Amino acid sequence: MVDLLYAVGVAPFKDMAGAPAFLIEVLIGGIFAGLMYSLVALGFVLIFKASGVFNFAQGVMVLFAALTLVGLLERGAPVVVALALTTVVMVALAFAIERLVLRPLVNQAHIILFMATIGLNFFLEGFGEMLWGANVKKLDIGIPDRSFIVRGVQINQLELTAAVTAAVLVTLLAVFFQRTRIGRALRAVADDHEAALSIGVPLKTIWIVVWSVAGVVAIVAGLMWGAKSGVQFSLSLIALKALPVLILGGFESVPGAIVGGLIIGVGEKLGEVYWGPLVGGAIENWFAYVLALTVLLARPQGLFGEKIIERV
Amino acid sequence: MSEPVGPLLEVDGVSVRFGALIAVNRVSLRIRRREIVAIIGPNGAGKTTLLNAVSGFYHPYEGRIAFEGRDRTHLSPPDVAALGIARTFQNVALFKGMSVLDNIMTGRLLKMSGSFLLEALYWGPARRQELEHRAFVERIIDFLEIQAIRKTPAGRLPYGLQKRVELARALAAEPKLLLLDEPMAGMNVEEKEDMCRFILDVNQEFGTTIALIEHDMGVVMDISDRVVVLDYGRKIADGEPAEVRRDQAVLDAYLGVAHA
Repeated sequence: MVDLLYAVGVAPFKDMAGAPAFLIEVLIGGIFAGLMYSLVALGFVLIFKASGVFNFAQGVMVLFAALTLVGLLERGAPVVVALALTTVVMVALAFAIERLVLRPLVNQAHIILFMATIGLNFFLEGFGEMLWGANVKKLDIGIPDRSFIVRGVQINQLELTAAVTAAVLVTLLAVFFQRTRIGRALRAVADDHEAALSIGVPLKTIWIVVWSVAGVVAIVAGLMWGAKSGVQFSLSLIALKALPVLILGGFESVPGAIVGGLIIGVGEKLGEVYWGPLVGGAIENWFAYVLALTVLLARPQGLFGEKIIERV
Repeated sequence: MSEPVGPLLEVDGVSVRFGALIAVNRVSLRIRRREIVAIIGPNGAGKTTLLNAVSGFYHPYEGRIAFEGRDRTHLSPPDVAALGIARTFQNVALFKGMSVLDNIMTGRLLKMSGSFLLEALYWGPARRQELEHRAFVERIIDFLEIQAIRKTPAGRLPYGLQKRVELARALAAEPKLLLLDEPMAGMNVEEKEDMCRFILDVNQEFGTTIALIEHDMGVVMDISDRVVVLDYGRKIADGEPAEVRRDQAVLDAYLGVAHA
């Protein structure tokens, strides 16, 4: 018993203190992974904030964006052109979704819209593969997957680039939603449709903006994850990793998505490295979900979410 | 600048129906510039429905609504707002998660313009614009005496103050016509007196035309220039408060209890 307590409660921390450079390496790895989760979670948060709809298709949007990007690159487009064209495609997709999915379903219950996004999920999956093919593709954007060493800490160049990009994007979005007119309009729509309309906020425009921004976030996420692990169908499953992030951070909170992603990224890396050997590893695979379950039991609205009081 | 002549708002034979229910039945009324008009009537008389039709939330199935002489029967709420019609709601529709200041700033949305890239950077013209709007909003905050709660999230305020913030948001749009749906419902006497004072001040200082729905007869008689009475979706009286008070149809339909 005492041995067990020692192994769980003391030994890991002794290991951490014993090799600080290695601990920092693990932490950095966790932060990198966390920012990537945040990036995917952000796409969900944006749409949820503006319409109260959980967009089941967000993961597939990431896949679709990555497929489009790779497809264009394979056909010889320079990186910049391919990125611009992919952005155009994602914005066009936002217009199409507003016109064909959201507008006919306006004023329907959220569950109906949720079902519609499940349909959208299957459509995009099939459409993407039809256009670009289903085999695994390599996404090369010219950043080498190499590591360098700073004061004894090993850092991967690709991961660092991805983390910096994610951090910049997240900051821009946060500023955009806090400071600008559209950001204010968006928060208004999220809070009260009727009041938003009465002060002159056009719902349709806001929806197109939000889905476009979610599309652009999907491009960045697809780019980073694709460069790391190749572009393939399983890319759409990273959405599953975003779910615990959302539960932890709160569905309508941009800072929540960031902090939630970081907690999960760092938590699972620390768990895997220091506690993993005790249970034979693989903590990384379930840590996020167990944490999410605990949060659901203790604080269903998440760390940053608004408390939902439902009147019956 | 001389003011254009003719009524600000013309409602002409407007009906609104929900299935078989005719909520508003061929109602006509005129609202002149700088006037305070009260719309009264028993519960279910169609007052709010009429207001919703004017602000574009419902569309009349017959009749016509004109604002400043131009037909606008079938506009959507954002387009109506763009014309210069602002409103408040019976059950207070504030953005509960936002601070009072941000709530009122949303009222300026239609007045803002320019590149949102600049806005995001909070730089140059965007910054100047934000500060100008902020200054205007601060004036409204002073005017309505809500300085102390500027940073409080609107959802945490007591009901009376929420109504005042909602009025502030509507005023921030510098509306030509202000529609108030029961601005004093659920308020205590002191809050009602404050609200009356604000409504009169808004009317005098900004020259805003105001149409309000209200149940408190004392308030209605005190502040309005004209009273329109609805009953079962029809207009049964329209005139100065003193006239309407004596009108037999109104007494029967609405003030029956007081009459006894």
